Amino acid sequence: MSTIAPQFRLSRFIGSLFDIIFWVLLIFSLAGLPLVFIILFYIKLPVINGQLLTPYLALTWMADPSETIPIIKALIHTTFFHVVAFPGFGFAALIAAATIFVERKFLAKIQLRVGPLYCGKIEGILQLMGDGLKLISKEIIIPAKADKPIFWIGPLLFVGTAGALVSLIPVAPGGWVVANPNVGLLAVFATIGFFPIISVLTAWAANNKWTFIGGLRALHQMIAFEIPLILSLLSIVILTGTLNLSQIVESQQHYWWIVFAPISAIVFFICILAELERIPFDLPEAESEIVAGWLTEFSGMMYGLIQLGTYLKLYAFAGLFTVLFLGGWNGPMVWPPFPADIITHGITIGPITAQIAGLPLFDQNMLNGTLWFVIKTVGVILLILLPRGVFPRIRIDMLLHTGWYKLIGLAFINIFIALGLLYAGVLGPGGLIQ
Amino acid sequence: MATQLPPGIQLEKVDDRIMTLNVGPQHPGSGHMRLIIKVDGDYIVSCDPDPGYVHRGEEKMAEYRNYIQNIPHLERPVIHDSCNILYPYCLAVEELLGIEVPERAKYIRVIASELNRCIYTLYWLAIYGIFLGHSTMFMWPAGDRELFIDLLEAMSGARVTHAYLVPGGVRNDLPANFEERCLRQVDYLEKRLKEYQSIFYKNPILISRTEGTGILSRTDAIRLGTTGSVLRASGVDYDIRKKEPYDVYENLDFETVVRKEGDSYARSYIPYLEMFESCRIIRDAIRKMPKSGSVRTKLKPNPKGGNDEVYKRVESGRGSLGYYIVSNNRPEPYRVKISVGSFRNLICMPYLLKGELLGNMPSVYWGLNYWPVEADR
Repeated sequence: MSTIAPQFRLSRFIGSLFDIIFWVLLIFSLAGLPLVFIILFYIKLPVINGQLLTPYLALTWMADPSETIPIIKALIHTTFFHVVAFPGFGFAALIAAATIFVERKFLAKIQLRVGPLYCGKIEGILQLMGDGLKLISKEIIIPAKADKPIFWIGPLLFVGTAGALVSLIPVAPGGWVVANPNVGLLAVFATIGFFPIISVLTAWAANNKWTFIGGLRALHQMIAFEIPLILSLLSIVILTGTLNLSQIVESQQHYWWIVFAPISAIVFFICILAELERIPFDLPEAESEIVAGWLTEFSGMMYGLIQLGTYLKLYAFAGLFTVLFLGGWNGPMVWPPFPADIITHGITIGPITAQIAGLPLFDQNMLNGTLWFVIKTVGVILLILLPRGVFPRIRIDMLLHTGWYKLIGLAFINIFIALGLLYAGVLGPGGLIQ
Repeated sequence: MATQLPPGIQLEKVDDRIMTLNVGPQHPGSGHMRLIIKVDGDYIVSCDPDPGYVHRGEEKMAEYRNYIQNIPHLERPVIHDSCNILYPYCLAVEELLGIEVPERAKYIRVIASELNRCIYTLYWLAIYGIFLGHSTMFMWPAGDRELFIDLLEAMSGARVTHAYLVPGGVRNDLPANFEERCLRQVDYLEKRLKEYQSIFYKNPILISRTEGTGILSRTDAIRLGTTGSVLRASGVDYDIRKKEPYDVYENLDFETVVRKEGDSYARSYIPYLEMFESCRIIRDAIRKMPKSGSVRTKLKPNPKGGNDEVYKRVESGRGSLGYYIVSNNRPEPYRVKISVGSFRNLICMPYLLKGELLGNMPSVYWGLNYWPVEADR
């Protein structure tokens, strides 16, 4: 007899499952399907290969691979797919989830532990899923004296802002970026500027002394490190003459900017550690001093959202470091080309030879670029994770001193180096190195 | 005019700049106690430690049990340092009952208490690491102390609450092959301690965080009555194992570690350096220990102390630890008073934290080598 749920009967449980399935099917067919068709009636349908893609036609094409591939290809070039799946949120969330797992295992190896082990049998690979389920199923507790609307909206704003940062990172050549404004770098700076506001808002809204101190610390820290961060990237702007992130990547086909701006790269790396509130700069969440800082009152999935946003932000900053200093998607061609005879002769299955239009789905440059981008970004992420294993926490006065005195000075040094290279005619238009 | 207050109650004048923080008892950085801290911005204006959350009345309990029954519950205040908290009790009861301890038992007691001091200090070091946000320094000592715990488990049968030291000697003899095993673990610990130094004590962030903070001068340290590592970090060469040697400490070869700075860094460094001395003592004791012989003098059943009083103290992981026992011709002691180092070091906390940054609170607090459960007894 199970002592956890003494009233549990398997037959009753399966019966209830059938009940649920019956009602879902009934409601979907009576109310859901008409609703879908009503909505489809108002949506402008896409035109593929000169044909209007009605739902009926889409269902017909599903059975025909020569028509399905163009549909998929048309889908993956829509903005919706960009935002939801590949260079946008889905891809970033996947990397963020992998980062959390790798961080736990990596840190465990440094600290002579094993890390997550049981969940998912193989090295605790499902630990993250378990944690997510736990966070979702936990109660969300709102403090009685909290400013409720702002407290509720804080985690959503945080994830949204982190997502905005993710959307600016160009992943692969050929327009694989959600938003590609000509002032991309300025957009990055503008987005980063939102984070301290969110921290202070939620900290103030929670109406707690620990969150208040943590929020103020986050504000001080982020503002102190935003200025050296911006200054360190100015040298890249001077060298490339553009603010567009895709063009900055294209300018690094022969050499990476870390060669000419190493001091900028170091300053930028330290600044992103501070912006991400990672050890040694995790003062806003210093647990032995101020409980959990500005996250103290968050519980359940609200905390989960903040964690998701934090790791999205981590991916975005690592991607930004890759794009600006490590050449982004540039790298030797290692991805094998798509077999040419499938395009020219089609696929022969028994007596049938199918000529499939639209292959390959992704071109070789894009896959190769993505591979190099991911490799470099994961390397940077590991470097960001490493200090957590070897450093204690810094103190607020030392932090502000580092931000306002040392890093700003260092960032200026590299600006002068960049200007010198430009005026000496080494780099830039008409320079020695093209 | 404000309403009339009841007699004896005064309203405190509240400054708008001052914020009162209740650090503990439900706080990750407080332990089983509460610190009422008033901050002006990020600077601590005043600190009022409020211990007493884990008072268990050990002293009163001791009055209702006889001298042997008192052993298991008197080690409860510091289960991580159980041999050292039982040591003065055993010494005092032996003097009270007039028991001679066999020579081999004296060496085994020293080995056990030095092993236990290392276990305690490693635990303390682990908490010190996590208080400063260094999670590796939390995991490494917490893992390495398992080896010494295994040793003591082989000696006594229990992992933490050993109850190994008893009046008249030790509870049972050493297990087979203990000497080689112990020397091997001690060698391993010394190797690991050098790694701790490179990851923690030589870390520039740690040094800049703790150096020059919470300075306790030599005169203040003596005036406030601090003991143990806090006293030695302020430049006072005072170790009870040297000054009033008990059992066989006078035969053993070790030195007192003293530093002159009196800051948080020195206070955190002294226990670490003392682990090397503990390793030295263990090696020396194993060399000089008689290889065979009795380890316990049999007591009479339900022994009675005379009309006498006795005070014995030892150097524990947290400083001087003394027992004052009064007996009145009965099997139970008339009064047992435990004087612990933790409580005496707690007294200087308000002096040290005044004017410090809030970020220095964990390092100063835990640098005092304060164990709330022991202080409350």
